[in-house]
Amino acid sequence: MRHILSLLLENESGALSRVSGLFSARGYNIESLTVAPTEDSSLSRMTVVTTGSDEVLEQITKQLNKLVDVVRVIDLTDGSHIERELMLVKVRAIAKDREEMKRIADIFRGRILDVTDKTYTIELTGTGAKLDAFFESLDQDAILETVRTGASGIGRGERILKV
Amino acid sequence: MTEGQIAELTGAEIVSRCLAEEQVEFLFGYPGGAVLPIYDELFKQDKVKHILVRHEQAGVHAADAYARATGRVGVALVTSGPGVTNAITGIATAHMDSVPMVILTGQVPTDKIGEDAFQEVDTVGITRPCVKHNILVRRAQDIAPAIKKAFHLAATGRPGPVVVDIPKDVTLNSTKYFYPKTVSLRSYNLVTRGHSGQIKKAVDLLMSAKRPMIYSGGGIIMGNASELLSQFVRALGYPCTNTLMGLGGFPATDPLYLGMLGMHGTYEANMAMQDCDVLLAIGARFDDRVIGNPEHFMAVDRKIIHVDVDPSSISKRVKIDVPIVGDVAEVLKAMLNCIDESKSSSVEVNVDAWWKQIGVWREKESSKFAVSDEVIKPQSVVQTLYELTKHDDVFVTSDVGQHQMWAAQYYKFDRPRRWINSGGLGTMGVGLPYAMGVQFAYPDATVACITGEASIQMCIQELSTAQQYSLPIKVITLNNRYLGMVRQWQEFFHGNRYSESYVDALPDFVKLAEAYGHVGMRIEKPSDVEGALKEALALKDRLVFMDFITDQEENVYPMIPGGKGLSEMILK
Repeated sequence: MRHILSLLLENESGALSRVSGLFSARGYNIESLTVAPTEDSSLSRMTVVTTGSDEVLEQITKQLNKLVDVVRVIDLTDGSHIERELMLVKVRAIAKDREEMKRIADIFRGRILDVTDKTYTIELTGTGAKLDAFFESLDQDAILETVRTGASGIGRGERILKV
Repeated sequence: MTEGQIAELTGAEIVSRCLAEEQVEFLFGYPGGAVLPIYDELFKQDKVKHILVRHEQAGVHAADAYARATGRVGVALVTSGPGVTNAITGIATAHMDSVPMVILTGQVPTDKIGEDAFQEVDTVGITRPCVKHNILVRRAQDIAPAIKKAFHLAATGRPGPVVVDIPKDVTLNSTKYFYPKTVSLRSYNLVTRGHSGQIKKAVDLLMSAKRPMIYSGGGIIMGNASELLSQFVRALGYPCTNTLMGLGGFPATDPLYLGMLGMHGTYEANMAMQDCDVLLAIGARFDDRVIGNPEHFMAVDRKIIHVDVDPSSISKRVKIDVPIVGDVAEVLKAMLNCIDESKSSSVEVNVDAWWKQIGVWREKESSKFAVSDEVIKPQSVVQTLYELTKHDDVFVTSDVGQHQMWAAQYYKFDRPRRWINSGGLGTMGVGLPYAMGVQFAYPDATVACITGEASIQMCIQELSTAQQYSLPIKVITLNNRYLGMVRQWQEFFHGNRYSESYVDALPDFVKLAEAYGHVGMRIEKPSDVEGALKEALALKDRLVFMDFITDQEENVYPMIPGGKGLSEMILK
């Protein structure tokens, strides 16, 4: 099953590699991993998307908590949450395809950030599943380049991850 | 120095002061370019005694053994680059067995880091998977807090090695010095007291068990809980087994003791583990050498209580019914109180039938071996050593392989911290440096290193260190001219094809020992074993290297083949 783990970790050099090293050393999956500083400059917030059975997830959480640089760990998928990922896609847009590309981007609430006479660069945010769906609806030959940030997530309502 | 007094010191002086502040008795190390300023400071002081080893690996092993034998933090100092890479085996060994250690490593100057400088290695990167934590110190003012933090992390919770990497320029820069009194880490909150509800549940389960079993590991030794465990086991009158790492945690001569369990454990210990209805695991981790195949183990319906200070040890390989996170000593205390309260009220379940069953298993005499007048049986050497020394305070270290298993099977440890070996990583070469570390801590004790002719050669250069510091270690080599355990597996599982397991061109160990200034003895006849051991033990102030020429193809029994279950032992 897919899980989104949110971590607060000490904003110290090496903290990221402690987490990524743990996943590779113990053979856990990483679907995506994102990290950036928070409003508290001593802390980074990391989001790791992983897959595994309940037992594996329990071990991942325990092992993460054991790392000295990891301050808190929660599994967002344990409760209601919001997941967002940003994607930039450069597509070929010539002649009659231009209108079709614009139309698909609109349907998915994408924004065209850059236009040339041959290409569009589309920005799209949403869940991983939504971004996947957008891909599938495109003519695969028209995709020139893509970049995705990996998922970020936050709990809904009163569910707050803070030190 | 207290927080009030502030003086300006160089980084190297600070390192030296911090070690004195932590009351470090011995610093095992080897100098080199990046740590010269620290060595210069060590020269000027007399609080910390530096022990010069002959190889960094041995230095870390010796510090590790000092920690295992005393319960204090072991400390080692090595230079950058090759000093660090040589130390890695020692660090990984300590990490696998949760030994509290601080390893100080030199590093190239901060402005050279990343330039592939001479003797540069990414120490923090290369040690990351085999330490509890590591710290690269970038400024002189960060040295004292880093060392304080390192000692705190190493010794608390589930102990482990912590590396502090200090670039050379940082040791030369000056700064105001004070040693912090406390460490506060928001991300490191230890649970020491077990959950009272869980403890009650555990005791209720144990009291209602028909076929109870208590299985304890290295956590009991590291957690200084042997006395409490013994009280607890005796209060219940239940059978108890120890892991390889846990030997001495419960007295081996106690009638409630079933011997060591696991791959080379006794028949009764393994059968009782498999057939019990309530199992208390305490300070142990159900590893592959202990329970074999987890599916086979879990195929039986039993309730498992697991007490450990490290939550990640719980439900890692087997599913646990009653998990209790906490310091083993604290939890045992609480459980003892709980028993006292419930004993009067609850109906005691009779476990006589269970003991009767255990008696039947014991009759198999799985530790029995065929004695011989012709050739020295390796087991008999250990047995004789035990008989000769059982009334003394003796420490036994071992290397890794068959001799290690025979030492574990035939030396009966009644006290904790007397059996020093590499259980988790299984590092050949630890035996002699381990004996050194123990002998430094207890200069008057008898320290025996039970080893093999292959293992001993992996750190044999330390005979020189032992000579320099007059360490009267008794090296007991069970020489079968084979990598015995490798050969045994090849006999069992690879059609007797002894691929590269014969140890050819062995040195004359007697002459070698003498060349290092020690006493060498070769023993070839069974009738000479006892006399030779007596003679060696009587040489109180000399290292004696005893080369026992043993039965070449003796095997370690019982044995659970890899991937098999506890009840699938090969008995002979």
